[in-house]
Amino acid sequence: MPDATVVHDEVVMADGAKMTARDVDVFYGEKQAVDKVSIDVDSHYVTAFIGPSGCGKSTFLRCFNRMNDTIDIARVGGRIELDGKDIYDPKMDVVQLRARVGMVFQKPNPFPKSIYENIAYGPRIHGLASAKADMDEIVERSLTRAGLWNEVKDRLDESGTAMSGGQQQRLCIARAIAVDPEVILMDEPCSALDPIATARIEELIDDLRGNYAIVIVTHNMQQAARVSQRTAFFHLGNLVEYGGTEAIFTNPRADRTRDYITGRFG
Amino acid sequence: MSLGAFALVLLALATLSYVAARARARAFKVDSHHHVHSRPSYHGLRAGLTALVPAGLLILAWGIVGDGVVAEQTLSQLPEASRPAPGLDKQAFLNEVRGVVSGELPAAFRPAANEAVPIYRSTQQSWTLLIGGLAVLLALIGGGYAWLRTAPDVRARTQVEMFATVVLALASLIAILTTLGIVLSLLYESLEFFSRVNPLEFIFGTQWSPQTAIRADQVGSSGAFGAVPLFWGTIFIGAIIAMLVAIPLGLMAAIYLTQYARSSTRKILKPLLEILAGVPTVVYGYFAALTVAPAVRDLAISVGIESASSESALAAGSVMGIMIIPFISSMADDALSSVPGAMRDGSFALGATSSETIKRVLVPAALPGIVGGVLLAISRAIGETMIVVMAAGQAANLTANPLESVTTVTAQIVQLLTGDQEFDSAKTLSAFALGLVLFIVTLMLNIYALTVVKRYREAYE
Ligand SMILES: Nc1ncnc2c1ncn2[C@@H]1O[C@H](COP(=O)(O)OP(=O)(O)OP(=O)(O)O)[C@@H](O)[C@H]1O
Ligand SMILES: [Mg+2]
Repeated sequence: MPDATVVHDEVVMADGAKMTARDVDVFYGEKQAVDKVSIDVDSHYVTAFIGPSGCGKSTFLRCFNRMNDTIDIARVGGRIELDGKDIYDPKMDVVQLRARVGMVFQKPNPFPKSIYENIAYGPRIHGLASAKADMDEIVERSLTRAGLWNEVKDRLDESGTAMSGGQQQRLCIARAIAVDPEVILMDEPCSALDPIATARIEELIDDLRGNYAIVIVTHNMQQAARVSQRTAFFHLGNLVEYGGTEAIFTNPRADRTRDYITGRFG
Repeated sequence: MSLGAFALVLLALATLSYVAARARARAFKVDSHHHVHSRPSYHGLRAGLTALVPAGLLILAWGIVGDGVVAEQTLSQLPEASRPAPGLDKQAFLNEVRGVVSGELPAAFRPAANEAVPIYRSTQQSWTLLIGGLAVLLALIGGGYAWLRTAPDVRARTQVEMFATVVLALASLIAILTTLGIVLSLLYESLEFFSRVNPLEFIFGTQWSPQTAIRADQVGSSGAFGAVPLFWGTIFIGAIIAMLVAIPLGLMAAIYLTQYARSSTRKILKPLLEILAGVPTVVYGYFAALTVAPAVRDLAISVGIESASSESALAAGSVMGIMIIPFISSMADDALSSVPGAMRDGSFALGATSSETIKRVLVPAALPGIVGGVLLAISRAIGETMIVVMAAGQAANLTANPLESVTTVTAQIVQLLTGDQEFDSAKTLSAFALGLVLFIVTLMLNIYALTVVKRYREAYE
């Protein structure tokens, strides 16, 4: 039996968080990748998931927008709610769920379409814009928010795959923003980028914080310390410790957290 | 002694050189800190090859030109009166002589040939001895020289490797040279044809009736060689009807297999589909001729089209389409699976459904690969012969009615070349011109399709 999660007082809050996970298990076939994890995620905060490779961060993150549904052998147990509604309820529509909970991946994955079409893709699927002018406005607004508008406004017809890696990743963030989500999940969004592009994405995350609940998985401690207000440390499928970022980094309470943060394992 | 016996002697000599040179190399005094360039077996191989290769080449060369040389000498020793006339007569004469010499014939039909048999036999014998002896001598010199020159500083390994490289390169050249040979012979016969028939008429003419009369008083003695009806028939069946069947079905099969099927289902279905590709085309031909064609005709008659023929473009084309399905689906499968999974996830994460993802992301992303696959499939379909021979008919109609019988380039080639034919008539030669056109078109299609597919693969690497 693993030790119970150490939860810092400052993150304990009344019900009504944007998303809540309770006793979430994930199995790949027979193998358990996430073990009884409970956590709250709310707007106005960036929550960082840290932990050694293979501890189940990505797997757990993908539970929040049911991306694990696309993996045949994955089974999810426990309960995850968005605004108090169970997202694994059969009545919950995945299409709408994913419009509300967007995701940015580790490797930038723009579609092989024009920059404009990359952004317009989501709104079109969800029928968010009927007139061309509306769509133009969504595209401009999303690109502006992602800090990309000035760089690309003159070449919206060029292919999204012809941009630099950092630009591609900001395009992917803009693409996620375009459908007006409430939560944005990011799985190591900077791991394929150089330090300058990384800094831009971090700034962007900070700018977005006010409007969305953001969850970011990262292997980079400094990055977690820089962009997040809350940090959750995972180890072997368990959530070991969850608290304010500053407290976790300066004064971790669980031994495993301390060892990981001080670089003694991982 | 026959050349075969000499070959055995050569092998023995080569083995001997190998063993001797290796033994000699083993005896090198090398101080252990020194790196020896080649291990003893390489020295052995070098000696063995030096013994074998020149002598072997000599025997090979004689094997190719020998018969001709012996025949010419034999003929020149015959009295003037018993020599055959040049050309076919000479060929037949020599065949008889050789038949008797090899023991296949008890005696020759012509007296002159019987007369030639002992001369041929003795000429052949003395040449064999001469060449065989020379080969053995070459082997002795080569092997001996290599053995004498076996020394620590000889780069035997490099030389043996070089030899291996050359042999391998030659092997790959053979395929290319064969293709070249085919093209040249096609080209030669086609030029012959075009010296009788205007190429413009061939390419743009719309009348195809290759029957030329053998005697001048027969009707229709001129023949008409306008190949447009054949080209049209080929395109109609192979590139239009067959593709109308194969592209949607093949593409949908590939989409189902890559995107929807569980991996256990996929494991069963994919090989099953690929088995279709291994069915001999003559079986499809039966199916087209005996099952589909009558069904098509009955259907046509039942809806009031009385003129429906029992051989139809529709029957041949649709069965050909079914034959092509596995081809298209496996090309499309490749193209779809090489679209990075991240693309699919990206679309799903935006709330797209499977079908939206396929329609708007995966298929557009895989399109160049799919198009390349379709072009390859077309090039296969227009070269396909059996089904059209059996089910499409022989009538060179220029029609867009799928219920009528049409014929294709390949079906015509078969018809022109089967049965007793005069080899130098325009009718027979036209088969080569048709073959040349087919070859050029499929070659260009293949080259273009392969570059498309290749560029597409690179785009995702
Ligand atoms: N599609 C899958 N099928 C089977 N097992 C999987 C699959 N994806 C992940 N796993 C397993 O689940 C466990 C958790 O993987 P996960 O990718 O969530 O780890 P992670 O914490 O994100 O690691 P990293 O930091 O390297 O990204 C690992 O042991 C992994 O092998
Ligand atoms: Mg991960």
